[in-house]
Amino acid sequence: MANVFAFAETRNGELRKIGLEAVTAARAVAGATGGQVDAFIAGAPGVVSLSSQLAKYGADTVIVAEHAGFDKYNPEAIAAIVADRVRAGGYRVAIFPTSALGSDLAPRVAAKLGVGLVTDVTAITLQDGAVIVKHPVNIGKVLATVKLAATPALVAIRANMFTPVDKPHAGTVERAEPIGDPAASRVVVKEVKMGGGTKLDLGEAPVIVSGGRGLKGPENFHLIEELAAAFGNAAVGATRVVTDEGWRPHSDQIGQTGRLVSPQLYVAVGISGAIQHLAGMRTSKTIVAINKDKEAPIFKIADYGIVGDLFEIVPALIAAVKEAKARG
Amino acid sequence: MKIAVCIKRVPDMDVRFKIAAIGNAVDEVGLKFDMNDFDSWAVEAALQIKDKDPATEVVVVSLGTDAVQETIRKALAMGADRGVELKSAQIPFDGFVIAKAIAAELKDGGFDLILFGKQSADSSNGVVGAMVGELLGMPVVTGISKLDIAGHTGSAKREIEGGQEFVEFPLPAVLTIDQGLNIARYPALKGIMAAKKKPLDVKPVQLGEPSVTVIQMELPAERAPGRIIGEGAAAVPELVGLLQTEAKVL
Ligand SMILES: Cc1cc2nc3c(=O)[nH]c(=O)nc-3n(C[C@H](O)[C@H](O)[C@H](O)COP(=O)(O)OP(=O)(O)OC[C@H]3O[C@@H](n4cnc5c(N)ncnc54)[C@H](O)[C@@H]3O)c2cc1C
Ligand SMILES: Nc1ncnc2c1ncn2[C@@H]1O[C@H](COP(=O)(O)O)[C@@H](O)[C@H]1O
Repeated sequence: MANVFAFAETRNGELRKIGLEAVTAARAVAGATGGQVDAFIAGAPGVVSLSSQLAKYGADTVIVAEHAGFDKYNPEAIAAIVADRVRAGGYRVAIFPTSALGSDLAPRVAAKLGVGLVTDVTAITLQDGAVIVKHPVNIGKVLATVKLAATPALVAIRANMFTPVDKPHAGTVERAEPIGDPAASRVVVKEVKMGGGTKLDLGEAPVIVSGGRGLKGPENFHLIEELAAAFGNAAVGATRVVTDEGWRPHSDQIGQTGRLVSPQLYVAVGISGAIQHLAGMRTSKTIVAINKDKEAPIFKIADYGIVGDLFEIVPALIAAVKEAKARG
Repeated sequence: MKIAVCIKRVPDMDVRFKIAAIGNAVDEVGLKFDMNDFDSWAVEAALQIKDKDPATEVVVVSLGTDAVQETIRKALAMGADRGVELKSAQIPFDGFVIAKAIAAELKDGGFDLILFGKQSADSSNGVVGAMVGELLGMPVVTGISKLDIAGHTGSAKREIEGGQEFVEFPLPAVLTIDQGLNIARYPALKGIMAAKKKPLDVKPVQLGEPSVTVIQMELPAERAPGRIIGEGAAAVPELVGLLQTEAKVL
């Protein structure tokens, strides 16, 4: 029997999709062995109300750490509680998100527990009691199969790899108290600035429309935004040239040194397809490329390529997608 | 100020990798190696502090075989003061094993800042920096793209999904560097000459038992070769049709 811990990431009192994915991944590992899933959430008072959602996706127990000091990420205090719970819980596996928060938290917890950690995991299995995971290395050009010998085995999953599945369990709420005073943390998040309204996150969006240098300037990015809006469930991404030029914020950059994404649909507009960009999006399910240069490397991996001037093609595509959506 | 920067020697990624005969590593024949990109930005961050305050000492540390001396010399040529090779038979995949060796080396060094890259291109794990910080009991800020140090406090910006976090922390601290913080300088000829005379300590280390090991490597399934469906706006109806019927994403 393998009991599994899942860190269910929240932000501003809401569960992030990768939080549900962590619970789903935990359920799959525990389920195979008749084990139990304990989901963990931390946040400002009231965050306990998210427990029912975690129960729906398979949490037997929801460990809730509520504190006024947890309205923003409090790395030291959260790491202390999580390490304590994981140590005490006797879990075979502890699952974290590979996200800005998870990538900060999980190595802290691993070091406190004195075990290794594998991040950006795309699959988890238990084989003869050993925890075996898949983990892309060399900027995604090679896929490694990694064995985790220690108990607990700490893994951080990649977004969009474990589709949340309804598997209702009890979701009994258990409280976790902060260890020490959260206000005494040395590292303090003073402020969080979100870029523009209800925009979907790149890691979670089923569709991503990305623009490159071919857009020629920030004033033309409305084309990318309108195309994203036409799809309805899309986020906007960019290449490094675009973010370095300041046409879009750095948080929009996709690639080796930016976000790694694997949406259902990736639309690359005016993007050449440099390997550093491909490293961040090559695992997308379907790739569309629009580029005026038929030799552009992006066409080597695009399922559907259109050669030509984006300023002519994108407006036509916006209209056609809107029409297709309207017809349902 | 005293700053340590941990740098990793990694293969150049702009190649088609082959899997080695043992099956759980890439074939290194013909690969070129260089400093991990994020680590070059960490070196640059340290050098920019030194530019402002020349009394700053910048020490670069790299764990691996003697081959890492080349990587260390590059950082010295950029302007770092001295290097430490933590000599081991290989660079293990388990970041915690690396972190323990680095933490042991830096523990009593009296560093105000210890800098890391956000992640290494080869192991693509992003764990060593924060682990070292925890092992040393120091404040840790990961993935920073802006940094200001004023006396004994620092402030930094972290990119998060869809936004930014602004973080404050006391020194001494461990920081891991994201892109966007700076653009790394190239070693000038003068620097390359000077680097040859800078101290480089070779310290053999005994690595701990790894708890995570690579048991197999493979090349991911290739995508189906790309397909150009047409030219100009005339191809749009076909594209939308394919997205609906074939890809089923619309
Ligand atoms: C260490 C390192 C890390 C990097 N990390 C990243 C990363 O994470 N992400 C990333 O994206 N890049 C990264 N890069 C940069 C990368 O190498 C490329 O420079 C970058 O991806 C190119 O961006 P682009 O495709 O927008 O621009 P370009 O390569 O200039 O391509 C523009 C494309 O637009 C097309 N075009 C122009 N006008 C039109 C038009 N009117 N209609 C249609 N098409 C048009 C052109 O044919 C061209 O193919 C990194 C580089 C290095 C060295
Ligand atoms: N062998 C090594 N020697 C020195 N520093 C390293 C080594 N491996 C990793 N690091 C540092 O830790 C960071 C994160 O590496 P990783 O956890 O492997 O992604 C790197 O960017 C380096 O700064």
